[in-house]
Amino acid sequence: MSGNYFLIDTTRCTACRGCQVACKQWHKLPGVATRQWGSPQNPPDLDASTYRLVRFREYKRQAKAIRYFFSDACRHCLEPPCREEAKTFVKGAIIVDSTGAVLFTKKTKELGKNAQRIIDACPYNIPRLDQKTGALVKCDMCFDRIDAGLEPICAKTCPTGAINFGDQASIMKLANMRLDKAKSKFGDQARLINPDEVRAIYLVAADPEKYYEHATY
Amino acid sequence: MTNHWIDIRNSDCILIMGSNAAANHPISFKWVRWAMENGATLISVDPRFNRTASQADIYARIRPGTDIAFLGGMINHIVSNKKYFEEYVAHYTNASFIVNHEFTFQDGLFSGYDHEKHRYDKSTWTFVKDENGLPKRDPSLKDPQCVFQLMKEHFSRYTPEKVSSTTGTPVEDLMKVWETYSSTGKRMRTGTIMYAMGWTQHTVGVQNIRAMSIIQLLLGNMGMPGGGVNALRGESNVQGSTDHGLLFHILPGYLGTPVASVTNLAAYNEKNTPKSQDPLSANWWQNKPKYIASYLKAMFGDAAKPENDLGYEWMPKPEDGKNYSWLDLFDNMYQGEITGFFSWGQNPAVSGANANKVRRAMTRLDWMVTVNLFDNETSSFWKGPGMDPGKIKTEVFLLPCAASMEKDGSITNSGRWMQWRYKASEPPGEARSDGDIMVALWKRIREAYGKDGVVPEPILNFRWDFAQEGQYNSHAIAKLINGYFEKDVTVNGMTYKKGDLVPSFAFLQPDGSTSSGCWLYCNSYTEEGNMAARREKADPTAMGLYSGWAWSWPVNRRILYNRASVDLEGQPWSFDKDILRWTAENAWVGDVPDGGWPPMADKKRTKRPFIMKPDGLASIFGPGLAEGPFPEHYEPLESPIYQNPFSSQRINPAAVIYTTKADTWSSNDRRYPFVATTHRVTEHWQTGVMSRWLPWLLETQPELFVEISRELGELKGIKNGDRVVVSSPRGQVDAVALVTPRIAPLNIQGKVVHLVSLPWCYGWVHPKNSGDAANLLTPSTGDPNTRIPETKAFMVDVSKKEGA
Repeated sequence: MSGNYFLIDTTRCTACRGCQVACKQWHKLPGVATRQWGSPQNPPDLDASTYRLVRFREYKRQAKAIRYFFSDACRHCLEPPCREEAKTFVKGAIIVDSTGAVLFTKKTKELGKNAQRIIDACPYNIPRLDQKTGALVKCDMCFDRIDAGLEPICAKTCPTGAINFGDQASIMKLANMRLDKAKSKFGDQARLINPDEVRAIYLVAADPEKYYEHATY
Repeated sequence: MTNHWIDIRNSDCILIMGSNAAANHPISFKWVRWAMENGATLISVDPRFNRTASQADIYARIRPGTDIAFLGGMINHIVSNKKYFEEYVAHYTNASFIVNHEFTFQDGLFSGYDHEKHRYDKSTWTFVKDENGLPKRDPSLKDPQCVFQLMKEHFSRYTPEKVSSTTGTPVEDLMKVWETYSSTGKRMRTGTIMYAMGWTQHTVGVQNIRAMSIIQLLLGNMGMPGGGVNALRGESNVQGSTDHGLLFHILPGYLGTPVASVTNLAAYNEKNTPKSQDPLSANWWQNKPKYIASYLKAMFGDAAKPENDLGYEWMPKPEDGKNYSWLDLFDNMYQGEITGFFSWGQNPAVSGANANKVRRAMTRLDWMVTVNLFDNETSSFWKGPGMDPGKIKTEVFLLPCAASMEKDGSITNSGRWMQWRYKASEPPGEARSDGDIMVALWKRIREAYGKDGVVPEPILNFRWDFAQEGQYNSHAIAKLINGYFEKDVTVNGMTYKKGDLVPSFAFLQPDGSTSSGCWLYCNSYTEEGNMAARREKADPTAMGLYSGWAWSWPVNRRILYNRASVDLEGQPWSFDKDILRWTAENAWVGDVPDGGWPPMADKKRTKRPFIMKPDGLASIFGPGLAEGPFPEHYEPLESPIYQNPFSSQRINPAAVIYTTKADTWSSNDRRYPFVATTHRVTEHWQTGVMSRWLPWLLETQPELFVEISRELGELKGIKNGDRVVVSSPRGQVDAVALVTPRIAPLNIQGKVVHLVSLPWCYGWVHPKNSGDAANLLTPSTGDPNTRIPETKAFMVDVSKKEGA
């Protein structure tokens, strides 16, 4: 299957959150009222106004601190379970467009109570219900930018090469190259998360659970 | 930066210390990553395991304010294990110079200390001269009185164990950092340092940088691609504003401010122009008379004539020894000596050390004008916490100004690149550009002085051709900064007409026939056009110089001291560090060389590479600073230990300490048992005036927090997310506790010392519940060279907020 792919190389992420903020800017999403809740991760979770969120985790191992950063958003599955679930209720609510993007359309508003089933169907805990409009929302791969010959705004903004975007061949090549490097540095714990199933492939240096409980399933 | 941002990618070992570059200079990590991909090692030394540390190959923790101990230990390691680059040290530094036999160092004090005035007489910090007036040298570096041997002896006291018990860094981590970094003392390898306020904001700020400069010289890293000493500036145009004379003690281009006792231009030149008898020294500052003359001509135009000393008399001159630094200005204001204040593009009620003193000082003003994008804690100080507006006489004016995209002009980045920016849109409402505000203000001031001004000459004779039709013209000022020929002249065989732009500072004259608002920028806007606006992408050396992109001072040189990047024959020390080389055609190719003279092997025609130093050699022994020619560890004004482990001199003997009622401090005090430091966050800009009003940024970092260790949390019964009070002898703030393994207690002289850290970007104006300025806690004591405040190391208490 061709189309567009991401490589999110968490070993290069500095948690600057340029991706998180740029995503809001491109999609004209509002800032939400937050409090300091004992973590730099804010807003605390993905929400109707937050399609991309950098998750922070920290640990102590042998008296040394370890930090993991995880720029979380839709994986754009090759066989999206959300779409499979939705089509039994509302045809066209969730589609895959020519860019490869999995898109939640306005018809998701018609899902009503069944919206929760779509949310539950996602193995990565991505979809959120916009209480105001009743629609399901999430990352749309900036398909409008792609149509205009631009890369998604998160990849465009990333200063360190953590978020990369391109066709399947180039991203898989890059992913394998980076994986080799990560393995030599972090050992065999380094891995790609479900590279055969998704268009947004994450490279992690350790057990994905340590980054986020829904990093994989 | 001696080097520039892109050049970081050429490094083999990157030390980030006194900076959290990953968080506060995020784009720099593009180049850090690039270097790492090529095999570079990244070292992070910081009190906190921050975002930079999370990317590093080696991380070492350190107690705030003990960097000289850490770096002094590294110098000791380099010297005693012969890790230094001997050829470089012998030929390019003053290591071989014989020091005055009366120079001494005993128990923390160098010779010449005046215990009453807290100042040094530096007359013994000199070199022995030969019959020609040149410093005596021992190229073998073995003479016990030579700089190298004195340095070796001085830093031999910085043993790993002693350093460790001072800094709290485990010995094995010290050794790992020292060993790794000193591996760059080889021809083939270079190491770079990226530092910021974590090094500067101390009573020993300048000596922190000096210590690292010595390391870079010992390892042969100065002038090298992937090397240098690199200050990451905290604001996009700090470099530019410093170059253009923002600070009180310098005019544009780092020319000393004239003082009251120096009453004419000849005396100014005599006092400020260094001399050298050495035929091998370019002694570039010998040109200073040309630069000050051209500056005066830029200030006073046709009114500046040889017969009136080019208007030198009209220059404002502080009394000798009188300081007008930030700390001194607010100290004076606090004492009622300053009654009017322009707060332009700044928010001192949040950014100023000892912010309660700063805020209190403002109540003693008659008037204050603030120029800013948003209302802030300074413009609204009179209704802030603890203020009674009815009792405050200060009349406050808030002028709205244009944001950076609403005006054109240049900014100069940390890497000294002057880059032209275009205006994207008009400023909203009544907001005006800074230039337009100044032009309007100037018009009124000039009119007022014209009527009944006292000493009106400086105002009325001020050159005024960069405002056109009442509007500020950025191109006109940029051209004047570059400079003009003021009459038809022939220089270096070329004839120029009055009104021609000067091609470079080599053409400036001492007689008033040229003008230049800042000699360092002469060459930036020439008859060939606005160099800062260039956008060429060619990179012939493939080393990232991009010499056709924008313009870099001086004369588009991308790496300072680059003639030290080559050996005595003019060939790069390493084939993969090739930014400059002397060719068979007897010419330099690559970067713009630091002077075009042939390499050192040509003893007849060469000049030594450090052309700004009077002897042409870099200073390992640096006699110019306030507290000594070698860095020495002193405790911060407030510290957790009673005794300085290195001497009985507890703090910097020349530290600046103020004495108003608001200047309280307390060291080794059980009421304030925890070491504190402040930091920035990626998501907010400076005091937060621009970022706290942006909902996308505010949601990511909504309010003041204090990072504490799990151990301290346990000790004080504080859980992650609890509301706490942080207090110092000067003030207190409410914050949310971030209890984290990223901070760990330190073992200092066998004692457990806890550390806390707060960001300083919050204030009470907006949003309402975000907490107040961390600078309410910090002391207004300062470094004696720069008078920068010691906001990075002080003592506090932290306790759970009752009822929260």
